Amino acid sequence: MPEAHDRPAESFTLKLRRYDPESGNAPYWDEHTVELEPHRSVLEGILQAKDRFDGSIGVRCSCRQAICGSCGIRVNGEPALACHTHLDAAKLGAKDGVIEIEPMGNMPVLKDLIVDMDAVHWKKIQRVTPWLLAKQPVPEREYLVSKESMVDVTQTMACIQCGACVSDCLAMEVDPGFIGPAALAKAYRFVGDPRDDEQLERLTDLAEDPQGIFDCTHCFKCVEACPKGVNPMGQIMRLRRIAIGDHHIVDQNNGERHEAAFVTLVKDNGLLHEAELLPRSYGGNSWFGKFAPPAGKELLSSLPVVIKGVLRGKINPKIALFGHKLAKPDLNAVQAIYEKIESRPERYELNLYIVGEDETPEPVAASPEGSNA
Amino acid sequence: MKVAYWPGCVSRGFTPELHGSMHKVAQLLDIELVQLDRACCTGAGVIAEHNQELADTLNARTFALAQQVEGAAMMMNICSTCQGAQSECQERLDANAEYRAHVNSTLASEGLTYEKGLTNKNFLWLLVEEIGLDTLRARVRRPLTNLKVGPFYGCYIVRPRDRLGIDAEHPRDHYLDQVIAALGGTVIEYAGMRKCCGFPIITMNKEASLKQAGRHLGDAIDADADCLVTPCPLCHLNLDLQQPLAAGVVGRQLNMPVLHLPQLVGLALGLDPGELGLSRHVVKPTSVIDWSTSVVAAAA
Repeated sequence: MPEAHDRPAESFTLKLRRYDPESGNAPYWDEHTVELEPHRSVLEGILQAKDRFDGSIGVRCSCRQAICGSCGIRVNGEPALACHTHLDAAKLGAKDGVIEIEPMGNMPVLKDLIVDMDAVHWKKIQRVTPWLLAKQPVPEREYLVSKESMVDVTQTMACIQCGACVSDCLAMEVDPGFIGPAALAKAYRFVGDPRDDEQLERLTDLAEDPQGIFDCTHCFKCVEACPKGVNPMGQIMRLRRIAIGDHHIVDQNNGERHEAAFVTLVKDNGLLHEAELLPRSYGGNSWFGKFAPPAGKELLSSLPVVIKGVLRGKINPKIALFGHKLAKPDLNAVQAIYEKIESRPERYELNLYIVGEDETPEPVAASPEGSNA
Repeated sequence: MKVAYWPGCVSRGFTPELHGSMHKVAQLLDIELVQLDRACCTGAGVIAEHNQELADTLNARTFALAQQVEGAAMMMNICSTCQGAQSECQERLDANAEYRAHVNSTLASEGLTYEKGLTNKNFLWLLVEEIGLDTLRARVRRPLTNLKVGPFYGCYIVRPRDRLGIDAEHPRDHYLDQVIAALGGTVIEYAGMRKCCGFPIITMNKEASLKQAGRHLGDAIDADADCLVTPCPLCHLNLDLQQPLAAGVVGRQLNMPVLHLPQLVGLALGLDPGELGLSRHVVKPTSVIDWSTSVVAAAA
């Protein structure tokens, strides 16, 4: 088979989601068949349809080389840059060979494939004070910072503001006020910058906001959506880690209490004691947490669920009261690991974005016969 | 086949019917489960959020214990969240020899070492890739004819694709569909099938969490599903245990039974609904139980 760029033009059928809010008509689907070489982009397909069949198709684009962030859309239900998606690849992922093209989600449609980025995306970016609040006094010459810390923030600086992560954020889908993946990744860009003077203030603000860092559901959607490898969810987890681990911020959203309770319960039992997790997340990280007023209120509202669970045999009262535990020698080993690692003066983190994978991967060590592959 | 079996915490805590049904189904599929009783919680992403090295070391310990199980072909789990949390740690451990040696130095006091390249599969993956859909089909004794099953994948077992080894040859994000079809059931597609159940934020934003669960259940009802099936016990908690509260949040009646994957497989392999713990769910899987007893009666 010849290389993709040598192959002659083929037919590709595009199914476009059309909508003009000003018309008063409901959205509808519109199909056009274009002729292009398979390595051409979905954007070129849309532009050919607009040029040859219907000049009223609304689409936004500029650079056509995946750097301006203008042409975010959904292709076959997944967020993508139209200019960065090959027609042949899109056809492979299409149902019945018809490439489905829609505007991005979580933002109002202005016309067809054009969404209102100002109303959602840019408002959220503004929310996180997206500029450096420099340490004073500003040095006469340049700031001196470690190479590693700057490489670290370049991951979030790679964002091209296309809105693909915002489009598919599952937390925003049910809670539109969530600050969201793009803006929180932008927040990390300054929280992680050693020249910034307001790390504590920024993190306190984002932890205390009910729609801030603890509103993320950890669903990996933004990680998959991002065409630039920004890893927004990973940056949100790092914001949490610095807020709790370095600044000991105890937020009103149970974020810190939940994490502390989880980590402690596994340390004390080796396994998760689920029935203790809920009251401690509300009432504080100790056995007495359940008697604190916020925990009592929450337990009361969950009582019907708990009773039903116990009656059905789903929740075993013994496990609910006492949890399950590892045997003593193993629990001791787990606790020794906790103690060794938590007593380090600094957290030790492997950031694959900075160090990359081993250039010469080790051969898989010869394992005893019949052992794991 | 023999596997080092990691059941996770929730399958032995708040969803005991999952662990129980896995044992019964394993016998019928000739899977020998060697349970990793010495291993600890994976951290479900929360310990990694707190301290990455701690999560990596605790999971490396589990991997090392799995590698000690003589004759085991691989490690198997029955919890998507465990799979996701373990895969994340394994990605770092396998990517960098220096880091692996650093983590192994902590395990040395117990005489354990993690060797790069463990194979760790969720039961869903093992079912399709190791046992095979043909074998599974051949063992069906009670095909799920006319049962409309909505797959609920959740997040940790379908994203991120690279880390989880999902590609054209391994369409792991479609395996639930393939299993339902192999068991003779009808696959129901609906909007929420690969979305978040909401469980991770249940203590941080309860309303948003239950809205997620409620919407997916509502979508499945609108698509005419009889029941859902999930490979994740945490999704099960939000979709089943919390369903009465989720119904209140989205303001509609739900009443959608949610099965664990081994329960659905067990039904098709001829096991009794009672043996599979179906009566333990908060939302009684009446549609499923009625269906299986009527089929059993018809066959008799």
